[in-house]
Amino acid sequence: MAKVHVTTTVNDEPLEFLCEPYETMLDALRNQLALTGSKEGCASGDCGACSITLDDRLVCSCLMLAAEAEGHEIRTIEGMARGGRLHPLQEKFLEQAALQCGICTSGMLVASEALLRKNPNPSEEEVRFWLAGNLCRCTGYDKIVRAVLETATEIREAAQ
Amino acid sequence: MTDIRYVAPQTLDEAVGAYAAAGSAARILAGGTDLLVQMRSGAVKPGLIVDIKKIRELTAIDELSGGSFRVGAAVPGAVLAEHPRFGKVWPGVLESVNLIGSTQVQGRASAGGNLCNASPAGDSVPAMIAAGAVVTVQGPDGRRELDVEDVPAGPGRTNLKPGEILVSFTLPPRPPGSSDAYLRMIPRTEMDIAVVGCGVSLTLKGGVCTHARVGLGAVAPTALLIEPAAQALIGSRLDDAAINAAANACRAACRPIDDKRGTIAYRTQIAGVLLKRTAKIAAERAQGK
Repeated sequence: MAKVHVTTTVNDEPLEFLCEPYETMLDALRNQLALTGSKEGCASGDCGACSITLDDRLVCSCLMLAAEAEGHEIRTIEGMARGGRLHPLQEKFLEQAALQCGICTSGMLVASEALLRKNPNPSEEEVRFWLAGNLCRCTGYDKIVRAVLETATEIREAAQ
Repeated sequence: MTDIRYVAPQTLDEAVGAYAAAGSAARILAGGTDLLVQMRSGAVKPGLIVDIKKIRELTAIDELSGGSFRVGAAVPGAVLAEHPRFGKVWPGVLESVNLIGSTQVQGRASAGGNLCNASPAGDSVPAMIAAGAVVTVQGPDGRRELDVEDVPAGPGRTNLKPGEILVSFTLPPRPPGSSDAYLRMIPRTEMDIAVVGCGVSLTLKGGVCTHARVGLGAVAPTALLIEPAAQALIGSRLDDAAINAAANACRAACRPIDDKRGTIAYRTQIAGVLLKRTAKIAAERAQGK
C-alpha cells in the first residue's frame, strides 16, 4: 500500500514525512515526528488532549488525517515555549498548580493559547465554553480557568 | 486496514470521478469528525478517502447578488461563525451549526457532513429545513438540486446516488421582518446530542406571520419538515392559539424512538415545548428585538 508523502510546517519548521493514508495527525506527530506532547485520551474528539492548531485554528489531531497536513501549518505544545522561555500560560499553570496528572495539560495550554489569540479579554464564561472540549479529571477546572484569566490580564497589562 | 488510498483533488470533477470510480467503499472527508471516529471504531473501512477541502466551491461562503447565501458543504462551523454577514441573516442556522461539538470540533465539522452523516439528531438539519435550504449535489450524471429535507433517507443513509457529492447549501433571500432560531433539548448544558431539536424560520409583516417553516430533529428516523405547524403560524399574529396549534402539529408529527436519552412520550411532549420557545425567539429576532 502506497504511503502518502506530506510536506508541511510544524512549529515553524518545514518538514516532510511519510504516513499511511488512514494515519491520524496525532499518530504521525507522536510516532513519526517524535512530538509526544500531544496526548491520546479518547481518540474520538471528546477529550481535547490531542489539541493542536492547523493554520491557527484549534483542532483535535486525532480527528485529522496526517495526509491533510500537506501545505498547512501545524502548531503543537512543543512550539509553545519560545527561545527557552515558557509561554506565560505555561508559567501561570505552574504557578497556580493548574494541573495534576498532566495528561490534559498540553491540550489545555494549546486551546487556551488559541483562545487568547482570538479573544485577549475573555470572561470566565467564555473561557469555560472555549475549553468545554478539553476534559480534565483531576483539577475540577477552576484552577485552569483561573490561570487562563490571570494570564490574559497579565498579557494585556504588559502590552499597555 | 488494507488498501486505503487518500486523494485530495483540486476540482469537483476530479473528486466525483475518483469517488464514483471507487464505488461503495469510498468515503468523503470534509471535517472528519464523524468519519475518523467511524474508521477508528472499525464501523467504516474505506477503500478510498476523498478529501474535498481543496475544492473552492466546497469551502466558500458566498452572498449572492439576489440576497441568497451559498455555503460550501465543507465549511467548518467556526468559519461560518466568522463570516461578517451570515449570522446576521441566518442566526438560527448559525446557532444550530455552532452547537455541534467543542471548539475543536467547530474548527472542522461542517453542515454538509452533518447532513450526510444522516443522524436523526443532527443539529444543523432541522434549522436548514426551516430555512428552506436547497442543496446542490454533483455526481457522474451531472448536477441536481434537492430540498434539504429530501437528503436524509434514514439513520446513516441519504438519498444521494452512488458517486454523488454534496456541494453546497443555498439559502433563499430574506424579506424584511424575517429571522430564524434553533433550540435543542439536551440533558446537559452543552456538548451533547439532541433529544429533540427544533428550527423555526418566519417572516412578520405588521405583526402578522406571512411565511413560516418548521423543522424537527431527533423525533423520527430523519429530520422532518412540519408543514402543518407552519400553516398554523402563517396568517396569525403568533397568538397563543396559533402557537399551541403549531406545537400540537409538531407533536402529531413525532415518530420517535425510546432510548436512554428520552422516551417516546417525553420527546413528543418536548417537540411542542421547543416549537413554542423557538418560534418566540425567531419572532423577537424578526422584530429586531
